[in-house]
Amino acid sequence: MEAAQDPGKTAAEQLAEVLRDRLAEEYGPGAEIEGLVRLSGGASRETWSFDAVMPDGARRPLILKRDPMDRQADKQFDGVPGGRLAVDRLTEGRLFQLAGAAGAPVPTVPFFLAKDQRTTAGFFSHRLAGEALGRRILREDAYAQARPRLAFQVGHAAARFHAIDRDLLPPMRGLPADGELLHYRTIMDSFHQPHAGFEYGFRWLQERLEQAGDRYALNHGDFRNGNILVNGDGLCGVLDWESAHLGNPISDLGWMCVRSWRYGYHDKVVGGFGDVSEMLDGYEAGGGGRVDPAEVYFWQVFGTLRWGILCMILGFTHIDGEQRSVEYAAIGRRAAETEYDLLQLLD
Amino acid sequence: MPTDRPTAAELVEAVREFLADHVAPNVEGQLAFHTRVAVNALAIVERTMAQGGAMDAAELSRLKDLLGRDGDLAEMNEALARAIRTGEMDDQGAAVLDHLRQTALDKIALANPRYLTPRG
Repeated sequence: MEAAQDPGKTAAEQLAEVLRDRLAEEYGPGAEIEGLVRLSGGASRETWSFDAVMPDGARRPLILKRDPMDRQADKQFDGVPGGRLAVDRLTEGRLFQLAGAAGAPVPTVPFFLAKDQRTTAGFFSHRLAGEALGRRILREDAYAQARPRLAFQVGHAAARFHAIDRDLLPPMRGLPADGELLHYRTIMDSFHQPHAGFEYGFRWLQERLEQAGDRYALNHGDFRNGNILVNGDGLCGVLDWESAHLGNPISDLGWMCVRSWRYGYHDKVVGGFGDVSEMLDGYEAGGGGRVDPAEVYFWQVFGTLRWGILCMILGFTHIDGEQRSVEYAAIGRRAAETEYDLLQLLD
Repeated sequence: MPTDRPTAAELVEAVREFLADHVAPNVEGQLAFHTRVAVNALAIVERTMAQGGAMDAAELSRLKDLLGRDGDLAEMNEALARAIRTGEMDDQGAAVLDHLRQTALDKIALANPRYLTPRG
């Protein structure tokens, strides 16, 4: 049974009915939905913000993240079984819970939304006060006290969620370092657009595979400035777990160092706010042990290459017609920026 | 290519100016964002029409030096990509990297020249 939009109602009206019914199950009857607004314009997920107001006046600020109602099939690639590494919404919500229990700062996920004829599957989280836009985190005075702490804090948080017992994790795909390289190279090959710059990156990584280290754990998969929530005191939430998978966890630390998330503050390698040594101090303090900066560098190179391939994916999502979009077409050309960044990192 | 003025480049410029000056100020939200994206995309086309030919010639000349033979640009790029993958270019790493960096700089000069300007 596929969820369908009732043509007689707006998307928000239909969702408000779903929410009232679901909240009645959790909080008892009479919950009113106020301020329901869709946050992301992204095509691949829907994120909604609202307040549940109880009959006694108690107000619960919540976020719902669910699969889109007009869902496009995920893009598939020749030779890449299962397509991109990603998890479904129920798994994503479960990862918030596990990361929180492991001591990482994440919004609480109190309950889920099951798929039925009116809605796709999703999960709810408490809406925290904070800023998630990377540019603002780096620029605004309100975060001046927070910025010097962030590199340590993101390292600490990563160590906590990397330590989650693998037996507790929901089923998800996993790839060791060489498998992950092959995964992205096969995606690139599926576009039949020879790319000498990215080939050079793959060759560099292939020749230095031992530098990747041999850790294997939960990867957040998109751990960067832009997916963290920051308040005046520093890091208060790690968001967007939809790219989670098993793999070398230092990949998360390298991804945090990719130049694109520095928003122009290039002297601060970690997210535009800090240094690698601070992040690794935080990682050690969080129980992750001592990490060789050369491992982080390997994964920073990998991350830069991966971001280039992800730009290509969006470009070809437009070119191949899965979703015609001037935005995706333009992002396809951003691969040149990551190619330049990549080549600056290599010798 | 039989044509009168305005040339193709001048038509692209006219459409870009129309979107930037008359559409963008009168729309909001997602449509305003996509209008800015469209303006930037047309600017890429204009820069490519103005500078792309010279860049192609320089790239082809570098590829001839690296590969030690002649060919067309697409075929030579494919050959270089394949040679890097198989390790045949490993002993020319520095020269390959110089070429790739220059090529990437040219790509950015077309796609987003502001990328290399420090911001904050």
